[in-house]
Amino acid sequence: MAGIAIDVAVAAPRSRIAAFFGSTVGRKMVMAVTGVFLVLFVIGHMIGNLQVYLGPESLNHYAELLRELGHGGLIWVFRGTMLGAVALHVWAATALTLGSWAARPTGYRRRQQYVESTYASRTMRWGGPLLLIFIIYHLLHLTTGQAHGSFVVGDVYHNVVAGFSVWWVSGFYILAQLALGLHLYHGVWSMLQTLGLSHASYNRLRTVIALLIALVIAIGNISIPVAVLAGFVS
Amino acid sequence: MKLTLHIWRQQNAKSKGRFVKYDLDDVSPDMSFLEMLDVLNEKLIAEGQEPVAFDHDCREGICGTCGVVVSGRAHGPRDRTTMCQLHMREFKDGDTLWIEPWRAKAFPVLRDLIVDRSALDRIIAAGGFIGAPTGSAPDANAIPIPKEDADLAMDAAACIGCGACVAACPNASAMLFTAAKVSQFAKLPQGQPERYRRVKAMVRQMDFEGFGNCTNHGECSAACPKAISLDHIAQLNRDYLRSSLRADRRIVSEVGAG
Repeated sequence: MAGIAIDVAVAAPRSRIAAFFGSTVGRKMVMAVTGVFLVLFVIGHMIGNLQVYLGPESLNHYAELLRELGHGGLIWVFRGTMLGAVALHVWAATALTLGSWAARPTGYRRRQQYVESTYASRTMRWGGPLLLIFIIYHLLHLTTGQAHGSFVVGDVYHNVVAGFSVWWVSGFYILAQLALGLHLYHGVWSMLQTLGLSHASYNRLRTVIALLIALVIAIGNISIPVAVLAGFVS
Repeated sequence: MKLTLHIWRQQNAKSKGRFVKYDLDDVSPDMSFLEMLDVLNEKLIAEGQEPVAFDHDCREGICGTCGVVVSGRAHGPRDRTTMCQLHMREFKDGDTLWIEPWRAKAFPVLRDLIVDRSALDRIIAAGGFIGAPTGSAPDANAIPIPKEDADLAMDAAACIGCGACVAACPNASAMLFTAAKVSQFAKLPQGQPERYRRVKAMVRQMDFEGFGNCTNHGECSAACPKAISLDHIAQLNRDYLRSSLRADRRIVSEVGAG
C-alpha cells in the first residue's frame, strides 16, 4: 500500500434507535410503515364513503356507528393513530427531501433525461404537500364544518351533497383525488420495495397491485362529487 | 461527422467551472466517445491550449473509471454501456452535445470531467468485505450454493463502481452501488458472518458521505453499465430492517471460563 493513502473520514457509530431514525434507509421505512396505515385507511374510507349511493339513512347510520364505537372512545384512538402516521410520514418526507436537495448542489446544465422514472415518481414531492393541504381542508369541510356553508352536525349525507354542489369545491376534491391516485401508484410500489418485499417471481405483481389500488381509490372517490354535480345523488 | 461540444471546464476543486464550446469536424462514427475526446485533446494541444481532463483506464468497459454525463444522460444515450464502449455512431452529424462531470456533493470535481469518487471506496471500507483465511485458495465447490443464489450474487458483483447510479439519480443517491456491494455477500454463505453488521456500517457511511436518499425512481438501474437490478436495493432494505430489529450480540459474562 506504499504511496496510497485513502482519506478516511468515517461515520461514528450511534445507538440502535438513533442510527435507525437518523439513516436515510430507516427514514424510508418510517415512510413505508406509516404508508401502510394510510393506504389501508384510504381504502376503508372510500368503502365507507361509497355508502352515499345507498341513501341518507345508510350513510348517516354508518357515521353514527363510527362515532359511537367503544362508547365514543375508539374514534379518538383511531384519529390519534392517523394523526401520528401523517405526522411521521411528513417528517420523514421533509427530512429526506432536504437531504436529497443538499446532495446535488450543482445541477446538470442539460435537464436530466429520464428513462425509468415515471410522472408519478417525480411528482411525489409536489403531490405530498398538495394532499396535506387537501386533508386539512377536507377535515374543516366535512368533519368539523368550518369551511362548509351549511354544515349540519350528524347529517353526513346532507353535508356531502350540499358541499359538492359547489362546483369549485368538487373541482378541488377531484384534483386532490387525481393527485392521490398518482401518489398511491408510486407510493404503494415504493412501499413494498422499501420494506424489502421483492422477488423476481412477484415483482410484476407489485406494479399491478399499486396500479389497482391507485385506480380504485381515485375512481371510487371521484365518482362521488361527479354524481352530486350530475344530480345522480341529491 | 461534425459535432458541437459544450464541455465543462474547471481548473480545480476550488475554482468555479464553466462550459466551453468546441467545434470538432473530423469525427469518425467508429471512434469511441473517449477516442473522440482524444482527438479533441490532440487538436487543443496542437493549438497550445489545455487538453480536457477526463478519467479513463481499461477502455474495454470493465474497470469503471470512465464516465461523464452526455446531454443529460450518464454514460450517454446507449443503454448498459460505459463511455469507452459508446461509439460515435450513436450520434448524428451536426449534433450538439453537453458534456458534464457526475454531479453530486459527495463527488467533488477535481478537474474538468474528473470527479473524486473515493466516497465509494470509504463505503466499501466500512463493511464491503468478508473474513477469509489467507493461504491457498479453498476448493471451488467445497460449500454447496444454490445456482440461483450464485447467479444473483454474481449479478450484484458485476458492479464496477463507476458512479453512474449516483449521477443518474435525481436524488444523487448511492443506494444501487451500496446495495450491490451488500447483496453480493448477502446471497452467499461466505458473506454471512458479517452480514448484519455490514449493512448497517455501509449505510451509515453512505449517509455520512452526503449522498441523497433512494426514492425508487429506477434511473440508477437504467444508467448502470451492468444493468444491476433494483431487487438488490430491496435486499439491502430487507437486511437493514432485520439488522435494526435485532440487538447487537453482547458477550455474556456468566459462563464459566474454559
